[in-house]
Amino acid sequence: MMTTIASAAVVLLLLWLALWTVVARDAFLAVAGFVVYGLLLSLVWVRLAGIDVALTEAAIGGGLTGALLLGAVGRLRGTENEVAAEAAGAGTRALAALLAVGVTAALVLGVLMLPEPVPTLAPLVVPNLPATGVANPITGVLLAFRALDTLLEAIVLVIALIGVWSFAPDRAWGGRPGPRYQADPDGILAYLARVLPPLGIVIGIYLFWAGADHPGGKFQSATILAAMWMLVQMAGLSDAPRTDHRGLRAGVVIGPLAFIAVGVLGLWTAGAFLGYPDGWAKPLILVIEIALLPALVLVLALLMNGPPSRVGAAR
Amino acid sequence: MNVETLFALAACALVGIGLYGLIAQPHPLRKLVAFNIMGSGVFVLFGALAKRGAAAGLAADPVPQALLITAIVVAFAATAVTVALLLRLIDSTGSASLAEPPAKD
Repeated sequence: MMTTIASAAVVLLLLWLALWTVVARDAFLAVAGFVVYGLLLSLVWVRLAGIDVALTEAAIGGGLTGALLLGAVGRLRGTENEVAAEAAGAGTRALAALLAVGVTAALVLGVLMLPEPVPTLAPLVVPNLPATGVANPITGVLLAFRALDTLLEAIVLVIALIGVWSFAPDRAWGGRPGPRYQADPDGILAYLARVLPPLGIVIGIYLFWAGADHPGGKFQSATILAAMWMLVQMAGLSDAPRTDHRGLRAGVVIGPLAFIAVGVLGLWTAGAFLGYPDGWAKPLILVIEIALLPALVLVLALLMNGPPSRVGAAR
Repeated sequence: MNVETLFALAACALVGIGLYGLIAQPHPLRKLVAFNIMGSGVFVLFGALAKRGAAAGLAADPVPQALLITAIVVAFAATAVTVALLLRLIDSTGSASLAEPPAKD
């Protein structure tokens, strides 16, 4: 009973925040609301028994996305009033509301008519998990049973980075992204940027290693490590990397390439792309994870940095 | 009502709220935030279905949960590309307007 009341309270707060974020007066309020919304969403994942998802949501959904949007709001000041003049008329808004209610009603109908017995793959995952050598079923799914999805995701991230970089003006191509942050070297930001990264790196690597058997994994870990790097950059202690740096570019693609290499190896050793030969699952999963982690850290941080914007050195 | 049905119904409302914001808000950044809310509604619905699939001693079906982690990361990547596109639009036109520019005769 208590848990139902707690869940109902979370739901009410969630819906109220979502509504507030959508109708808020200006973009800054909307984004601030969205960050809180993301954190609340992590609570929802905990209630839905998805600790791994909750960690990802808190780190990426609320954290990185929120920071990205806040950065964008800062640069959008001044465009808001002009666009506000183009606000949809009352008729359009009423139609939009009608459409939204219609879609919600259709989904609710779907939820109320869900099939029984419940379709689930859990009974297939549990007996096959020992063969993968990992104890966290989510990690088993991500890197063994549905490894193809994870491979495609790693590739999508690289494509997204190429997409972001391609928005650079011609003269800035290969240069450094974003502004060079300046902060008071004796200020609290610079202090935190010196104190937090060692802790963040330890927590990040712990999450990475614990992900095999407990909630955690490379995505959550990579987000924390990328956040530490962003913190160091924002405190002005180090600059964003040049985007034409060969080592950087190699680091971005080496993770997916190692993943593909292991997959192709499986064609010979296990008879299927991304198959693992008996007894080799755990070491091969480890190879993929270790190759993917730095690539994910780089891609997440570079996506946060945005397209190159400062003119590169003369070449 | 059990917890997964409660959150599944809330997810339906989140999709609706996000859809309304996507249409009604004129500013592209507001549309992006609304779209993310709509997406999170889809995720929560999927997560509620995962919870429904609890079986074999697991508290939830791990397959949809693993896909959710993938989905959240991909949603972030797509948001980053959209933000970059939007900032480029402002850099090149000086405006965030998505309206058709007035026709020149």
